[in-house]
Amino acid sequence: MAASANNKADRKGSGVTRTLGEPIISVDNISLSFGGVNALSGVSFHVRRREVLAIIGPNGAGKSSLLNVINGVYHPSEGTVTYKGLTQHQMRPHQAASRGIARTFQNIALFKGMTVLDNIMTGRTLKMHAGFLWQCLYLGKARREEIEHRMKVEGIIDFLQIESIRKTPVGRLPYGLQKRVELGRALAAEPDLLLLDEPMAGMNVEEKQDMCRFILDVNDEFGTTIVLIEHDMGVVMDICDRIVVLDYGRKIGDGTPEEIRSNKEVIDAYLGVAH
Amino acid sequence: MTQSAAAEMAVADTFPKLLLQHARVRPNRVAIREKDLGIWQSWTWSEAADEVRWLACGLAARGFRRGMNLAIVGDNRPRLYWAFAAAQALGGVPVPIYQDSVSQEILFVLDNAEVRFAIVEDQEQVDKLLELLPQAPNLELICYDDPRGLRNYAQPQLIPYDELRIAGREFDEKNPGFFLREVDAGSAGDICVILYTSGTTGKPKGVCHTHRSFIAAASGDVSFDRFTEDESVLSYLPMAWVGDHLFSYAQAMVAGFTVNCPESSETVMTDLREIGPTYYFAPPRVFENLLTQVMIRMDDAARLKKWLFHYFMNVARRCGAEILDGTPVPIVARLQYLLGDLLVYGPLRNVLGMSRVRVAYTGGAAIGPDLHRFYRSIGINLKQLYGQTETAVYVCKQPDGEAKLDSVGQPLPGVELKVAASGEVLVRTPGMLKEYYKRPDATVESITPDGYFMTGDAGFFDDDGHLKIIDRAKDVGKLDDGTLFAPQFLENKLKFFPYVKEAVCFGDRRDMVCAFVNIDVQAVGNWAEKLGLAYAGYVDLASKPQVYELIASCVEKVNADLAREPHLSGSQIRRFLILHKELDADDDELTRTRKVRRGFIGEKYAPLVSALYGGAHSCRIETQVRFEDGRTGTVRAEVRVCDVKAGSYAAKAA
Repeated sequence: MAASANNKADRKGSGVTRTLGEPIISVDNISLSFGGVNALSGVSFHVRRREVLAIIGPNGAGKSSLLNVINGVYHPSEGTVTYKGLTQHQMRPHQAASRGIARTFQNIALFKGMTVLDNIMTGRTLKMHAGFLWQCLYLGKARREEIEHRMKVEGIIDFLQIESIRKTPVGRLPYGLQKRVELGRALAAEPDLLLLDEPMAGMNVEEKQDMCRFILDVNDEFGTTIVLIEHDMGVVMDICDRIVVLDYGRKIGDGTPEEIRSNKEVIDAYLGVAH
Repeated sequence: MTQSAAAEMAVADTFPKLLLQHARVRPNRVAIREKDLGIWQSWTWSEAADEVRWLACGLAARGFRRGMNLAIVGDNRPRLYWAFAAAQALGGVPVPIYQDSVSQEILFVLDNAEVRFAIVEDQEQVDKLLELLPQAPNLELICYDDPRGLRNYAQPQLIPYDELRIAGREFDEKNPGFFLREVDAGSAGDICVILYTSGTTGKPKGVCHTHRSFIAAASGDVSFDRFTEDESVLSYLPMAWVGDHLFSYAQAMVAGFTVNCPESSETVMTDLREIGPTYYFAPPRVFENLLTQVMIRMDDAARLKKWLFHYFMNVARRCGAEILDGTPVPIVARLQYLLGDLLVYGPLRNVLGMSRVRVAYTGGAAIGPDLHRFYRSIGINLKQLYGQTETAVYVCKQPDGEAKLDSVGQPLPGVELKVAASGEVLVRTPGMLKEYYKRPDATVESITPDGYFMTGDAGFFDDDGHLKIIDRAKDVGKLDDGTLFAPQFLENKLKFFPYVKEAVCFGDRRDMVCAFVNIDVQAVGNWAEKLGLAYAGYVDLASKPQVYELIASCVEKVNADLAREPHLSGSQIRRFLILHKELDADDDELTRTRKVRRGFIGEKYAPLVSALYGGAHSCRIETQVRFEDGRTGTVRAEVRVCDVKAGSYAAKAA
């Protein structure tokens, strides 16, 4: 594919052509093993600013491991990750978070007993600077900060259209809404790079449509770069600019949805063909 | 109010003049609130007047002129209410459109009203209008309030509200006298709004009201219920409905009280509790939903609470309504009620968001006597009113202390009311429409030569001079044996049961009355859960034999009730079936205000009707349904038909 064409991403249906920026993150020759199992072997790819990129592959292909390497939960045995121009062999999760990487989890990791509002507020923890004592007294800087953060959080609540459940404990919400709240918490960190691990797993058609809309809106409104893992091929083909395909820890495909759809190796390995 | 202010009141004969007057008389009182980002934002009357001024100037700068129509589509938002005043200020006419209308319905209005300018709420409405552009090429400006998701739209017709507002400010600075000149040029006889009626039959008609008629109706209401500038209302009903227009716009403009716009349609209950309105207006189904929710939650409450609730609800049932009406009640009952108020009714009113409600109204459809009594008995002054779009809902209201359960009240001051020989109610009111937009034929048809509007409702006066409405005049029919058949009357009786969501009765020119029933999934689902009855969804639940028994018992109670009414006892329901799908406005089975379209339903489900009258015990049916996103699907089901015993009184009579 020509380089010039590669700078533009034309999203289906919207008729909108966006300009993609420089690579925000490059993964170079990453290998990761647990004991004798090679979860990832020699995976390289990059994600450009404002891109929506999907990682797909059969179960156990190493998709979640790859996300975990990107945000520093796992440390690769080989290879480097270059994020915003800084090449590192390994990054710690809190470094990743403070440098603008936020994520959601495959199995929802919210605080079940806390309200939606409080859960999303936790996403802003890294941006709170007032001391413990001030926060206890709710005075001065702590107070100003709280109001400012609440504004941001309310903005996210408005964005995700969850005003009606603002004060509801998360544990009482249906699954689809919990997923949305989790997205909200990730957004609260105002990330540059958003990692979504199966954001639509277990949802019904309507919830999936909503979630797709929100992902595209996030990308549109805030210019956030998005890397997502998803099994629903319809969704992936619809909303992604580019797809990376993993199989047994190796990268076997990397390209636009059209290219992936016609990639022989991908069809064989992933979509399933009788040998 | 001072002498001069009172004098000015007389001069303010249009809504924009009223607005400017409030901005002078009470500049710092809150005119309108909206909950945004979790906080109630307020605009005072003087701020609201400025906003209207800038919006009007913005519209004028883009070519909006006297006599043009401005379409308004969206949920209740301050900016959309200002759009009404802005259009009126320029001598234009606001045309609100139901926000859940599908494109075709919107197209009809755009076309009929020759709309060139529109103000809409958000992307959803913008998408609908853009889709219609090829068919409505005259649409030259679409202004939107919420820019979310519209960043990449490049159509030249689009403009964000904020930009139009800025353009308006600039225009205002360059032409300082313009706005006031335009407002002054308006007169009471100008058309102030065109409200499209939902149209139970045929195409919608645009009802044109003048400033004079709407202000007269609103002032009449304000003096009847002694509304002051201290009232606070929550505006959550569709802006295109005459009820909301009267209550959130016209009455607020006349009395100068505060209108509160909820955060979103899902948060209405929370917002209601936060605002605690003093004056509340809702169609019966809203009161019904509230009660159902209370009852469901009470069912899950702890034993002691349940006992308390039921004990004191019994007390309230015995004497609550009487205490509210001010009739004499024994001292013991009064003390019991006082205790109940402390323990149950007060907290319940608080949960319902009605702690401060001084006057609550319901109208638009019949309200169940039990429901009406329930609210009155816990101390909420719920009253019924009666009126149409054409009469600016200024016909009948129940006076305080005379809220009879089965009447819609007495004629309001200035209203002349009579019942024609056919049983149709005729009315002459200060709130009379000017005409139907571009439909002189319809105008002539519905107004008698001596100036009475034909309501199309059949009714009669009771001994106390209260009006009772039984049905639409044209729907009242006769059974083969000549018995009077008032379908809506029967349907309402059925719908008063919490388990029945909708009902459709047939019987005109037939040998007996039969009914379609839609069960209420929430109420019946809860009932089924208690019995340990497993079900997969509406279709499954609707076909359960136990559910049939439940509904049959409801129908039998209706029959027993009917047996007591001499002229209706012959129209008891003999057979019924539970429909396999919920009636829906998207399938044209209901109007947008949720009235059943009996004729259409009869044709659409013809096989089921013939099964009812053919004596069959079940019938296979396949139905097309339209989902909210516009796709269509098919529902297949085997529908059972159930026979019901006639009421015992009738048996004795026979």
